[in-house]
Amino acid sequence: MKLDRRQVLGLTAGAAVFAVAGIRVNPASAAAEETKKQVMEFTGGKEPASGKITLKAPEIAENGNTVPISVSVESAMSGDDMVESVMILAEGNPNPDVATFHFTEMSGEASATTRMRLAKTQNVVAVAKMKDGSVYSDTRLVKVTIGGCGG
Amino acid sequence: MAKAKPRVKVPKSAKAGDVITIKTLISHKMESGQRKDKAGKVIPRKIINKFTCEFNGTRVFGCDIDPAISANPYLEFTAKVPEAGEFKFTWVDDDGSVYETSKKIEVK
Repeated sequence: MKLDRRQVLGLTAGAAVFAVAGIRVNPASAAAEETKKQVMEFTGGKEPASGKITLKAPEIAENGNTVPISVSVESAMSGDDMVESVMILAEGNPNPDVATFHFTEMSGEASATTRMRLAKTQNVVAVAKMKDGSVYSDTRLVKVTIGGCGG
Repeated sequence: MAKAKPRVKVPKSAKAGDVITIKTLISHKMESGQRKDKAGKVIPRKIINKFTCEFNGTRVFGCDIDPAISANPYLEFTAKVPEAGEFKFTWVDDDGSVYETSKKIEVK
């Protein structure tokens, strides 16, 4: 196929419009998609069920630089009823990974608290992987007044 | 940067088999690799990427840390105390340095 100058110009312009449109297509769902992929990687393709895990985060965070979050999972922490790890993800951050906690029988309880950065108002997701292979997740929406990722 | 200074809070004593809460904090900038300096150059990432807690040589709790954790990373978690002994805490920096501290606990 031969292209003259006009056609090339037209194509590039068209492609540019598409590229912009592609980015504009609901960025929230794109972020959710990315997070979902990460969750699937963590769980080995298993759809997480709700319940058992509780993620605590403030409804409104004035300063996105330090947002306190805590996560706890109902579990006896012995035998098969054990939480192996809990992953925390932030959908709207430049890099959705936040932290992964690894628990052992010596932990006694599956609960942990930390402080995280949030770039903007977004969903924070916690996913727990149990020893018997089941996965649970919880999501909290945190409204952020001042973002915390520099820029 | 000043040397990272770990601070850990562990109860002095506990009953055997009790579950205690441990609070840890380490002074560290946690440079995320997202920020830019005045010249517009990206400041390279430098964070603590791993934390572990051991009790008498047995792993109690571990954490993989990503840049989204705030400066001066704070961690609170629980541990079972089967006997008297020593908790050992380790933080691993991106540049390979390791910060360590330990705390003894007695059993009543």
